[in-house]
Amino acid sequence: MTGQSHRGAVTAKNWIALLAIIVVASALGITFMLALNWFPAQASDAAPKIDAFWDVLIIVSVPIFVAVTAMMLFSIWRWRQRPGEEDLDGPPIHGSTKLEVIWTIVPTIIIAALTTYAAILLVDIQSAPAKGTRVVNVNGVQFAWGFETQTPSGPVKTSKLYLPLNEPVKFNVRSKDVIHDFWVPAFRLKVDAVPGITTTYNLTPTKLGTFDVVCAELCGLGHAYMRQTVTVLTPERYTAMMAELAKAAGATAPAAGADLGKQSTVRPNKEIVKGSSKGIMPTNYSSSTTKAQIAAAVKYIDQSVHGKG
Amino acid sequence: MAAKIRQPGWYRALAFSILGVLVCLGLSTGLRAAFALDPVYDGESVLQISLLMVPLFFLGGIGCFDYWLRWASGRTVVDDHKDHGAKSWRDYFKVNTDHKVIGIQYICVSFFFMFVGGLMAMLVRAELAAPGRQFVDPNTYNGIFSIHATLLIFLFVIPVFAGIANYVLPLMIGAPDMAFPRLNALSFWMLPVAGTMMLLSFLAPGGSFAAGWTAYAPLSVDAPIGQSFFTIAVQFAGASSIATALNFLVTIITMRAPGMTFFRMPLLVWANFSTSLLVVIATPFIAASQFMVILDRALGFNFFNPAGGGDVLMYQHVFWFYSHPAVYIMMLPGFGIISEVLATRARKPVFGYRMMAFSLLAIVLLGFTVWAHHMFVSGMSDWIRIPMMITTAIIAIPTGIKIFSWIATLWRGVLKMDTPMLWATGFIAMFTLGGISGVMLAMVPLDIHVSDTYFIVAHIHYVLFGGSLFTIFAGIYFWFPKMTGRMFNERLGKIHFWLTFVFFNLTFAPMHLIGVQGMPRRVSDYADQFATWNLLISISSFILGISSLIFLYNVIVSWRSGPKAGANPWNSLTIEWQVSSPPPIFNFDSIPSVVGGPYEYGVPGAVHAVFDEAKAEPVAVAAGASTGAGAEEAD
Repeated sequence: MTGQSHRGAVTAKNWIALLAIIVVASALGITFMLALNWFPAQASDAAPKIDAFWDVLIIVSVPIFVAVTAMMLFSIWRWRQRPGEEDLDGPPIHGSTKLEVIWTIVPTIIIAALTTYAAILLVDIQSAPAKGTRVVNVNGVQFAWGFETQTPSGPVKTSKLYLPLNEPVKFNVRSKDVIHDFWVPAFRLKVDAVPGITTTYNLTPTKLGTFDVVCAELCGLGHAYMRQTVTVLTPERYTAMMAELAKAAGATAPAAGADLGKQSTVRPNKEIVKGSSKGIMPTNYSSSTTKAQIAAAVKYIDQSVHGKG
Repeated sequence: MAAKIRQPGWYRALAFSILGVLVCLGLSTGLRAAFALDPVYDGESVLQISLLMVPLFFLGGIGCFDYWLRWASGRTVVDDHKDHGAKSWRDYFKVNTDHKVIGIQYICVSFFFMFVGGLMAMLVRAELAAPGRQFVDPNTYNGIFSIHATLLIFLFVIPVFAGIANYVLPLMIGAPDMAFPRLNALSFWMLPVAGTMMLLSFLAPGGSFAAGWTAYAPLSVDAPIGQSFFTIAVQFAGASSIATALNFLVTIITMRAPGMTFFRMPLLVWANFSTSLLVVIATPFIAASQFMVILDRALGFNFFNPAGGGDVLMYQHVFWFYSHPAVYIMMLPGFGIISEVLATRARKPVFGYRMMAFSLLAIVLLGFTVWAHHMFVSGMSDWIRIPMMITTAIIAIPTGIKIFSWIATLWRGVLKMDTPMLWATGFIAMFTLGGISGVMLAMVPLDIHVSDTYFIVAHIHYVLFGGSLFTIFAGIYFWFPKMTGRMFNERLGKIHFWLTFVFFNLTFAPMHLIGVQGMPRRVSDYADQFATWNLLISISSFILGISSLIFLYNVIVSWRSGPKAGANPWNSLTIEWQVSSPPPIFNFDSIPSVVGGPYEYGVPGAVHAVFDEAKAEPVAVAAGASTGAGAEEAD
């Protein structure tokens, strides 16, 4: 090799500087990443646990990325080809068993630690619900969610989800047509609604307020608009609300549903549900289908959304 | 005219295709009449059969089967090599058996579909620039992102790697061609068929296929006829993949030059050996999944209809049993390219050569044990999740070995930071990020929250764009002088890299954030809270798109009038650089003998291969770069 100074051995001073850069950059990177506002509101018992796990992942990941990038940039800075070195080759180093063992074992330990943490956390957040847990049936249909809750005064079907604060709830999630995915970002909960099977999820809401319910699995042309809400109420208000809804359901719901259903089919642009927009649904059903067909379709959709009950 | 139609070529292909449609029309109406179905003429039925059969007529017309049919029917076949090699640009539009011509055909067709697929991405970003509806209705939107993903996966990343390897691999191992040149030609010609079919689906009644590139049942089963264009096009792309992989395996196993032991093979050859194993084992599974969909769609088999005893989740298991290994099919060849570029441009042997080869094989094996990590929220049996999380995380270990070995290869080298090297080092940084988000996604509790969100979109673009595409650019720039005999414009190459690098990150990094915040993927509209980020992402993506035009300009102009490249502009040791640029029609005037490892940079007087038999003996260099003791041996 030639005698140029930059081709000399990596000195202890170099190593200290490199290490210092990695430590400082990692600290800055971790601080920045943790300062970012990543998650939506924490509204379930699982949410703070998953968010804490995220912080751990960030703290482990940032130094790995920083170290890889810093070593690479150091190599480029230190050993890039200078004028006059066009015909120079590097030293013929073929490998180092010691190094290779180290960089196999260290990642193995990190992976083992992270997967153990994740496995324990998964068992924790999905542990079986207590006996007597409230059950909510979630029915996905193109392109809306229907929710059905058992109350002392009978089943209540709603298009908005209502839950009482701090009471465990079990969701039974179903679909009649294609796969949907029941996602409440604020709960950190997500589970597919699969035709033919019932999927379940348990959690306890821990924050009052209204949060988004989103369909996270592509389900057709209305997929983007399959957005509804969940409202977490105090147990007292929840009980009162359910009683009111149960009473109202008996009297008027089916007729109103049928009318709205017919109008939505024949004149889809007349009344637009919030979150949807005009021009999504075809407007030619009144000419291309018979009245009986429309009535049958409306009845079918109504039953799909609200269950056969 | 009649003579032209008798000769293989485009006229005959057109005539055969028309004949094919008529045969399908006859089949459909004939069968419907025989079974007394009403109406006798059913356009969708004719279209469905045509999608399956007309491509075969086209391939016959263009001339893919001539030799085999002549031989099978007992007529004389002449091995006069008249379809071998290209004398003018016209020969690139014919069935050709020269692996170098086929390689260029592959690369050009793949890049054509990259630009089309990239254009679709621009449309997607235009629609997402603001909440609400901008340009397209939701059905068209779903079609655009479905075709974007499908084209870039099946018609770009997978085949462009096959194209680069087609050109380079036989040269690297000292072979005059691939083992099965006619099969190689057929593999190539199935690609434009598949890509054209996917694009034509825009014209289908009811719109193009719009169920995403994953085409989950039952959405894909119930979709309009456009979905069949996907289902059947994937069969042709898959058949092409399998045939090429078999070809690579046989070529690598049987056609290596004398002295080229497995552990003297360049890592690009190892990478394509591993990839081909994956393709041959895994691709039949996506074929099966799509056959089941087409049988459900056309003939009511009820594979995926629970009311008829079908199972919806089975589709996902079979689909991902291919499509997870497919992400390694889209990555391992790139690993090979990076090893070649780094060793040559850092002037050092690849660090830990044997572990680099073994880690490829480890990824092949582990790649088959992780598919259900795509299904953590799918409703499959709960217990599968923890084992699949562990196997998924374990893949980070061989992948980590590769990244650390690349860094160690750079360490103390003489680094020429030119265009191929910029792409290679840029790849290492970006792929590390994609790998890290991949390990995060493997963690079930986090995946429950971020699966099917923009976090996933960010992750796959970091591994497929920052990963695969960066390696593709590294490889195209690196072997451009070999393929064309001319040098590209270095300055434009660097501008291309820096623009792409910066705007790639501005486009995809914020997607991590909006995904975790709650924006689902595959939506044409989103909640107002994500508006600012999406506008920034859209603007960045447009500049990212424009940056690829610099590449296009550079390649076209340099190909026509770039300065002449010598045989070995990078001063590389591997065999493809020891022949002229572009290489002679049968690659080698005399068969090379391999006398040492492929990366013996820094070893005085080291050669990898010699062409004169007489000189084959004396140069004894460490056989294959061995771990640990290698440095001493080499001295």
